[in-house]
Amino acid sequence: MTIPISYYLILSAIVFLTGIVGVLIRRNIIAILLSIELMLNATNINFVAFSEHFQDLGGQVFVFFALTVAAAEVAIGLAIIIALHRAKDSINIEEFNLLKW
Amino acid sequence: MTFSPGDLFLILPELLVITAACLVLALDPVLSSSKKDGLAWLSLGTLAVSMGVIASQMGHAAPAFGGIVIIDAYACFWRLLLCFVAGLTVLLSHTYLREERLYFGEYYGFVLLALSGMMVMVSAADLLTIYLGTELMSLSLYVMAGLKRSEPRSLEASAKYFVLGAFSSGILLYGISLLYGATGSTRLPAIAAAIAGRSLDDPLLLAATILLAVGFGFKLAVVPFHMWTPDVYQGAPTSVTAFMAVASKAASFGAFLRVFVEGLGGLKANWSAIFLLLCVATLVLGNIVALVQTNIKRMLAYSSIAHAGYALIGVVAAGMAGGPAGGANGIAAVMLYFALYAFMTFGAFTIVAMLRKGGLDGDEIEDFTGLATRHPLAALLMLVFMVSLAGIPPTAGFIGKFYVFMSAVEAGLTWLAVLALVFAAISAYYYLRIVMVMYMREPVALTAASPRLVMSPALSIVLACAVAGVLFFGVYPNPLVNLAGQAVLTLK
Repeated sequence: MTIPISYYLILSAIVFLTGIVGVLIRRNIIAILLSIELMLNATNINFVAFSEHFQDLGGQVFVFFALTVAAAEVAIGLAIIIALHRAKDSINIEEFNLLKW
Repeated sequence: MTFSPGDLFLILPELLVITAACLVLALDPVLSSSKKDGLAWLSLGTLAVSMGVIASQMGHAAPAFGGIVIIDAYACFWRLLLCFVAGLTVLLSHTYLREERLYFGEYYGFVLLALSGMMVMVSAADLLTIYLGTELMSLSLYVMAGLKRSEPRSLEASAKYFVLGAFSSGILLYGISLLYGATGSTRLPAIAAAIAGRSLDDPLLLAATILLAVGFGFKLAVVPFHMWTPDVYQGAPTSVTAFMAVASKAASFGAFLRVFVEGLGGLKANWSAIFLLLCVATLVLGNIVALVQTNIKRMLAYSSIAHAGYALIGVVAAGMAGGPAGGANGIAAVMLYFALYAFMTFGAFTIVAMLRKGGLDGDEIEDFTGLATRHPLAALLMLVFMVSLAGIPPTAGFIGKFYVFMSAVEAGLTWLAVLALVFAAISAYYYLRIVMVMYMREPVALTAASPRLVMSPALSIVLACAVAGVLFFGVYPNPLVNLAGQAVLTLK
């Protein structure tokens, strides 16, 4: 018995929405970073599910690239957060209010 | 996947730029600080060679590496523009970094890495390569925005840029995955073939189109996805802001047009309605909010948002125009607009970067008070750039707006052209306010803390290029118009 593709899509949609909501409501920048990771992983679920569905390896190749890019993104993100923590002693985005109109 | 050695020649400019970037990053720690200037000249030399190679590739269209990259006149047009802007950035940064006491040799490495990402974006024919190019560009820009590590505003800009940039990349990527699901491929020509004759009734395709539009909307900074722009442009070092405002926006438009015209061209009627909404919102909000700004970098940020709105008019016109010829006019107008926009915006940011106040950026509009008496030439140049940004003839800004508005009229969107014209008139208020502050207000007595202008030969070259472009193409735009007209023909 195979699992229909719609199940994968629903799963990935739930993970993706969790990520979006997390980015929008969390105030800790590390939690935001984690939520962004959830969004990227939802994408990977999609790619693998479609790849299996179409019997096309292109989707899985895409996942490898997406994973690598996500790793690079986290590395840079954490570096920025550390620099920010040194300057401000806080990683709560509500305290980043120097720039406002 | 197979590829021939000839493919390597097609991406030679990218290879050169990446090699130079790695060389800069490797040489930076071993060079003594007196020799770091050499890194800037190395970058400039590479850019000059790359531009030569790109110019020689202009004529023919060829897919490379099994079709994930396509080097055609369209790609070459953007690549040439991006290399030129990167060259100006290196020249501007050379003086600006010294003033800011940022002795980071790796800065030039990041400029080149971001540039290579942008070049990949505009020549990509596969969503995978477009994504990789976008990320390479964005990751480099996040770092560059936070380069002034001692300055909390710069770090804050970097963090905000990173969070919203990564968020938008996630949305873009999810859109790409759904498009892959809807069409079975990430290759743009295959996507175009798969959606021929289909409409947005397919929920998968609808969601993919909307998510792609939102993802690109963040990168292009169109309303309502513009919130990061003013903060990041204000907080980032001015040389980086200039680079972001011109190059990253141009590259994002290049990739965006490629995806929506070449890949999703079959859904023209559907996406042009989405972009019409975004376009009107961008024109209204960008221009209105710019009116009340007191910081010039912030004002120029809102101005760049408004300019993205003008460029979107061309995109909407291309989507709404009947027949292939009408569509081509709209796209060519967008390309022309960005080529001209590069000169005037870069020039304006260069003057802003030159103005220093007690070791800091003199980036408040008040700092320009009485500039005309103290530095008449710089004030005159700023006047030219402001007049051009406002779109008043005989400057490049007028030509750009003229072609975009014409494409809208041809597509039967006369009301949109009229609306944009009204907002162009409103924008004249905040551009000419700078001129007013420079020329009409008496300068206050000079003290050690009062703003001064920094000059250097490198900055003179940047300003000369910018003002020559603004005035020359304002009077005689034909070379650029022809170039854009030819380049757009390869976009199917």
